[in-house]
Amino acid sequence: MNKNKEQLLNKRYKAEQRFRLYGLSAIFMALLFLTIFIFKIFSTGYSAFQKTWLIVPVTFDAELMMLDQNPSKEDLQDADYYDIALKSMADLDPNANEDQENELKRMVSYFFEKEIKNELLNDPNLIGKTKEVYLTASDDLDQVFKGNYPRDLPEDQRRVSDYQLKIFDQLVANGKVESKFNISFFTNADSREAELAGIASSFMGSIFSILVCLMIAFPVAVLAAIYLEEFAPKNRFTDFIEVNINNLAAVPSIVFGLLGLGVLLAIFQLPRSTPLVGGITLSLMTLPTIIIAARASLKAVPPSIREAALAMGASRMQTTMHHTVPLSMPGTLSGTIIGLAQALGETAPLILIGMVAFVNTIPGSPMDPAASLPVQIYIWAESAERGFVEKVSACIMVLLGFLIIMNLFAQIIRHKFEKKWS
Amino acid sequence: MRKNGAKMIKIKAKDVDVFYGKKQALFNISLDIEENQVTALIGPSGCGKSTFLRCLNRMNDVIDICSVKGEILINDFNINDKSCDVVRLREKIGMVFQKPNPFPKTLYENVSYGPTIHGMAQSKQEMDEIVETSLKKAALWEEVKDRLHEPGTGLSGGQQQRLCIARAISVRPEVILMDEPCSALDPIATAQIEELIDELKKEHTIIIVTHSMAQAARVSQNTGFFHLGQLIEHGSTDKIFKNPDNKKTQDYITGRFG
Repeated sequence: MNKNKEQLLNKRYKAEQRFRLYGLSAIFMALLFLTIFIFKIFSTGYSAFQKTWLIVPVTFDAELMMLDQNPSKEDLQDADYYDIALKSMADLDPNANEDQENELKRMVSYFFEKEIKNELLNDPNLIGKTKEVYLTASDDLDQVFKGNYPRDLPEDQRRVSDYQLKIFDQLVANGKVESKFNISFFTNADSREAELAGIASSFMGSIFSILVCLMIAFPVAVLAAIYLEEFAPKNRFTDFIEVNINNLAAVPSIVFGLLGLGVLLAIFQLPRSTPLVGGITLSLMTLPTIIIAARASLKAVPPSIREAALAMGASRMQTTMHHTVPLSMPGTLSGTIIGLAQALGETAPLILIGMVAFVNTIPGSPMDPAASLPVQIYIWAESAERGFVEKVSACIMVLLGFLIIMNLFAQIIRHKFEKKWS
Repeated sequence: MRKNGAKMIKIKAKDVDVFYGKKQALFNISLDIEENQVTALIGPSGCGKSTFLRCLNRMNDVIDICSVKGEILINDFNINDKSCDVVRLREKIGMVFQKPNPFPKTLYENVSYGPTIHGMAQSKQEMDEIVETSLKKAALWEEVKDRLHEPGTGLSGGQQQRLCIARAISVRPEVILMDEPCSALDPIATAQIEELIDELKKEHTIIIVTHSMAQAARVSQNTGFFHLGQLIEHGSTDKIFKNPDNKKTQDYITGRFG
């Protein structure tokens, strides 16, 4: 009998140990996947925060620029920079033939003419002189410099020719290639050229969408939650509403996108591709999340507080507004932020309402066309150029950073303002 | 007010029935409560004494499925009448609950809440006075006068309960309902509250629900005994405890059931 008991006890301990092991291995697996995921993104994406520049001597020849003597500011604006830009690139190899000169030109971004112009506008005294100017390298050379480009491919399968590589290697040897922090990634809008593409448009688009979403979803959801939790009678009808709010939370986001397309764009004729429409569509999605969070935190306010206020002669409205709602706010706010974070990462509904369009301007208001960060990731991931690969990862990093900050904020609100009950 | 030794009746309950949905919780309760006296309601758990107490300031309204029938006259005015304004009623009838439930705000805000919503103070100074007198009457002033702006939830259990009493008396109610106010407190805190109750009856009519028969004997002048939703017996505390008419009362008092 005693021996039996001991066996039974041992068995129970063993079972517990096994269970712990399963739990640990599950957590280990999850961490492993997360680490691989983050490592992959960081290792591909970090180089996008660096940009490669070629340092090229430019001679500001007044004659080539068609400038008179003592040119005014407007003259400088209207001057012809193409020839000196072309010439400075061609001068990199004095023996170059016409084809090779063309190849030399393609070593920098098509924006190089503008970069040279800006240099002169900053310092008009440069006319007639020669200065070394930083020019954005083409995205392929950028990748070569970062070591992401397979140089050993046969030449006809590469976008960079042997000749370009030879000149580039000379420049590297002479210290005329430099890598600097990529400011334009944050200040430029999207571009067809990988070396010029930035996230400014999609970042602002995301911010505007989230703001519109917040301004619509938060008040509606909080009012709905307060009414349902504090005022509505409990009957079949309110049960029905409750079930449907939960159903709404489970509706696939693309359905909301179709709703936005069919109602906001087709019937109300709101401007296409704008954060306004995106935000309204996202707010439909966020609404149930906030309602559920707000109701849960209203429920968490102990009934004794309501009773205390009611017994003091506070009306139902006063009880709700003076006590219940303020006490539920931390929970409601952190639920709201989590709902917004979900909306921030949403792609499908935005694609349907046209926020997937190529936008090369930075939106100044929610009424201007814009992309959004997840849609930008989608657009770049579709692009063929090698330069966009690292941009995709970099954009994911920015989006993740944004999300982490928002969730951190939600946590802080929850911990800092949540009241402890007696 | 007493006239020629006869005690004034403050609250008169007539044939009160209470239902939770289809289940009847109180049967035909008729009970007179004397002014400026402490009336204790005793009985085993679930006998309906708290339910009856909550009828007196219509706190049962909060529960959707609860319905109250019968008349409850306070100052000869039926509070179950449609014309009765619940907010006015609760201003006159304060309540202290079983578990101390101060608002998670400062001590000052706790006590000043009632006077604020009922517009009882014209100036900050007047409000300060109300807060001070209320806390003094609740025998809490000396302990907390230096930390009026700290949260009320930081006090000990007994202090919290006295804070709740101070909050209840801040609006000068005529009646104070107490629902087992000492059941969550230790003996010392209980003794303080009982002393306080004795003091408060000079200005207020007090109805206290209690589990402790000893407490009922100590603090009350009148006692009502509830059992299974019926009011079995009521009368002066002396009589109920020493010479009850009903056998059930006798059995409960002597600890044979309950």
